[in-house]
Amino acid sequence: MWNYEKRLQYPVKITQTNPRLAQVIISQFGGPDGELGASMRYLSQRYTMPYKEVTGTLTDVGTEELAHLEIVCAIVYQLTKNLTPEEIERSGFDKYYVDHTLALWPQSAGGVPWSSTTFQSKGDPITDLHEDMAAEQKARTTYDNILRLVKDPEVADPIRFLRAREIVHYQRFGESLRIVQDHLDSRNFYAFNPAFDLGK
Amino acid sequence: MAENRPCRKDLLHWINVISFAMNDTTLFLDTHPHNREALEFFEECQSKRNRALKEYAKYYGPLTIDTADVSETDRWNWINEPWPWQEGGC
Repeated sequence: MWNYEKRLQYPVKITQTNPRLAQVIISQFGGPDGELGASMRYLSQRYTMPYKEVTGTLTDVGTEELAHLEIVCAIVYQLTKNLTPEEIERSGFDKYYVDHTLALWPQSAGGVPWSSTTFQSKGDPITDLHEDMAAEQKARTTYDNILRLVKDPEVADPIRFLRAREIVHYQRFGESLRIVQDHLDSRNFYAFNPAFDLGK
Repeated sequence: MAENRPCRKDLLHWINVISFAMNDTTLFLDTHPHNREALEFFEECQSKRNRALKEYAKYYGPLTIDTADVSETDRWNWINEPWPWQEGGC
């Protein structure tokens, strides 16, 4: 189970709205390499993970991703607060606004709805951890891409925090992969699937 | 009593700092469960964080459900203070 903590993991205080930028940043909420998918990936994979260090990592990183999702949503919310119809039209935010007004809805920057098809939960520890390491790098690239478009330091600051966390998570998943391999046969890591063939 | 009241902004910043240290150490300990130094650092962060959360709840309302104190009030303060994405929120 989870408890809510009534604060952001990293504060977001944006004073200048920018609906055009919000449309790009929303990809890290519901896009292919966004925080919703990240959280669901790790929290789905953990059930069949046979090694306790790795189950813990998937649980705790998956939980932190929920906090990141909240930071991204806070950024988008503050970038689109109190917009006038004229600002909505001028910025190209009209296509999002017509379906969602100023509410948060998980989609990519291109308007594609969030989908679980953007991640895998494969039930093989080696495969899942490679997926996780790749996912952290893809999210890091997305934040790098966003940072090239951000001029406002109030927006860049929390985005940089999120980017840095991708690198830490990548490191922890790398260690997790090593822990998995330490349990396996080094002459053939693929000799059996420890999440299936051992019954443990 | 009023003169001992901590600055809200400073206290919240401290909670964010110490909580982040605890989060990051948690992830490190997941893959290094026998690291003495990390275990000691975790313990230190945890006690500082618990103290700060209790102090914040006392003056400015609860940030966690475990620090919500209803003993001397007739209303539910959890919903009173702004939510984190709102103006004046955390």
